[in-house]
Amino acid sequence: MFFSFELLFEAVLFGLMLGCFYAAVSLGLSVAFGLLDVPHVAHPALLIVGSYGAYMLGGWGIDPLVSGFLLMPIFFLIGMLLYRFYYETFESRGTAAGVNGLAFFFGVAFIIEVLLVVGFGVDQRSAEADYIGESLRLGDLRLPYRLLIAAGVALVLTVALSNFFSRTFIGRAIKAVGQDEGALRLMGADPVKIKQLAFGIATSVNALAGAMLIIVSPVEPTMDRIYIGRTFCVVVLAGMGSMKGTLAAGLLLGITESLVLTLFGASWATAVSFGLLLVMLGVRPQGLFGR
Amino acid sequence: MKYWIVSALAMLSAVALALSGANEYLFFAGFVVLQAVILATGWNILGGYAGYVNFGVPGFVGVGAYTALALHLLFNAPLIAQIVAGAAMAALLGLGVGLLTLRLRGIFFSIATIAVVFILEAVVMNSRFLGGATGIQLTRPNDVWLFGTYTRMLFVMMTLMAIVALSVARYVQNSYIGQGLRAVRDSEEAADCSGVPTLKVKLIACAISGALLGIAGAPMPMYLSYIEPLSTFNMHYAVIALAMPIIGGTSHWLGPLIGALILGTLQQIVTVTISSELNVLVVGVLLVVFVVAAPDGMIGLVKKWKTSSK
Repeated sequence: MFFSFELLFEAVLFGLMLGCFYAAVSLGLSVAFGLLDVPHVAHPALLIVGSYGAYMLGGWGIDPLVSGFLLMPIFFLIGMLLYRFYYETFESRGTAAGVNGLAFFFGVAFIIEVLLVVGFGVDQRSAEADYIGESLRLGDLRLPYRLLIAAGVALVLTVALSNFFSRTFIGRAIKAVGQDEGALRLMGADPVKIKQLAFGIATSVNALAGAMLIIVSPVEPTMDRIYIGRTFCVVVLAGMGSMKGTLAAGLLLGITESLVLTLFGASWATAVSFGLLLVMLGVRPQGLFGR
Repeated sequence: MKYWIVSALAMLSAVALALSGANEYLFFAGFVVLQAVILATGWNILGGYAGYVNFGVPGFVGVGAYTALALHLLFNAPLIAQIVAGAAMAALLGLGVGLLTLRLRGIFFSIATIAVVFILEAVVMNSRFLGGATGIQLTRPNDVWLFGTYTRMLFVMMTLMAIVALSVARYVQNSYIGQGLRAVRDSEEAADCSGVPTLKVKLIACAISGALLGIAGAPMPMYLSYIEPLSTFNMHYAVIALAMPIIGGTSHWLGPLIGALILGTLQQIVTVTISSELNVLVVGVLLVVFVVAAPDGMIGLVKKWKTSSK
C-alpha cells in the first residue's frame, strides 16, 4: 500500500469535514434517543426523506440548502405528530418498553423505505447546484465545496442547537424532561408537551441534514440502514444527548472512517461506524462524555 | 402426546408430497414459507419470551449460509454437516453479542445486532474465498436418493428443521428458561431481585435463538446453488422475522407458526399476482398495524374474542 504523509493529512482533513457532517445528521437523534429515550430507529429513514424532499424541490430549481430550510416546518409537524402517536399508543399505556416501541419504529422505517422505492425507484438520486462537483484548491490540496459547505452548515447547526439547549427556557425544559420527568411534572409543567416539541425540533433538523446529505453524496432509498449505524454510533459515543459531545463524536467517526477508506478501501468503510459502536457498547457504554 | 402425533403427521405428509408428482414450484415456494417458520420461531425465543429485539437476523442467516458454504468448499461436506456447523457458528455469534450487550438496556442489544449484520457483510465482501461481493456459483448433486430432485429433498429437510425449531421453542417455553425469560420481560429488576439468574437465561436464549436463525440460513447456498452477500445480508429477513411473531402472537410458541404461515403464504400470493415491492410493503404495514392495534397478535385476538363471547 502506497503511504505518504500528504495522503494521511488529506485523509484527516477530509475526515474532519465528514465528521462535522456526521455530527449534524446525528443531532436530531441525539435529542430523540439521547435525551428523550425514544428508540427512534426510523430517524435515519426520515433523514433520507429529507434528502428526497430536497431532490424534489430541486426539480423546480431550488437550491438544496434552501429546500432544507423550507422543509423544516413540515418536518417539525411530522415529528410532533409521530411523537403524539407514539405517546398515545405506547407510552401512555406503559407498553413502550421492550418489543413494541422498537418494532413500531422499525416498521415505520421499513414502510418509508418501500414508499421511497415505489415513488422514486431504486436508482441513486443527486442534487444540482453550482458548488457540487467543484473544489477549492489550496496548493496541491483539493477540498470539495460540497463537503466544505456541509461541514460549515453542520458546525453552525451544532453550535446553534447547543446554545438553544443551554441558554433558552424551552431548551432547558427539554433537557430537564430528559433527566427527570416526574420532577418536571411536580413543577407544574406538562412533560408530554415538552417532549412533543423536542421531537418536532429533532425531526426538523432532519430536513436540513437530509439536504446536506444529498449535497455530500447521491442518495438511494435504503441508505438509512448505513445511517442507523453512523447516527447511533455518534449518539452512543457522545454519551446520549450531549450536543458538544455529538460534535466530538462525529469528528472521531469522520476521521476514523476517512482513514480506513484511505488505507483499506471503500468496502471496509461502511463497517467502521458499526465496529466503533460495538466496541463502545462493550467497553464504555456510557459514551466518551457521559456521566 | 398430541403434539408429537401432529408433528409426525406433518413430517409424513411432507415426505409423501415430495415423493408425489407435484409441481416443482410448490417445493421452491414451500422452502421459503418453511424458512419463515424457522426464522420466526427462532427470533421469538429471545424477542417474544424475553422482550429483547434482535434486528440482526440477516447476520445470523448469513453466518449459517456462509459457514455451510465454507464447509462445502473445503471438504465437500454433506448438507447435514453444513447445517449443524451453521447452527453452531450462529449460536456462538448469539452468545458473543449477548455477552457484549445484555448487561445494558434492551435497545443497545438491538442496535448491536444491526451492527453485526453490516460488519459480517463487510467481512464477506472482502473475503475472496467466500466469493467476495460478486458471489459464488455452486454445483449441487444432480440425482438425490429417494426424492429425485434436490429441491424436493431440501423441502423435506426444511420441514424436519421447522419441526425441530418448534419443538425447541415449545420446550423452552415450558422449562425454567422460559419462566425466567418471561420474568425478565415483565420486569428485569424484579426478576433479578427474586433470584432469577437473568444473565444466564438471557445468554441461553441468545444461543438457542441464534442457532435456529442459523439453520434457517444454512441450506441457502444449496437451495439457490448461488450465494452473494447483498441478498444474504438483506434486512428483509429482519423485518419478516420480527413481523411474523408479532402478527401471530409472541407469548406462545404457536404464535410465530401462525404468523409465518399467514404472512408467508400471503407474501407468495402477492409476489406472484401483484409485485414484489408491494409484498414488502404489506409486511411493514401489517407489522405496524398489529403493534399498534393488537400487540398480542392473532392469539391475543382469539383469546379476547373467546372471553367476550362467554
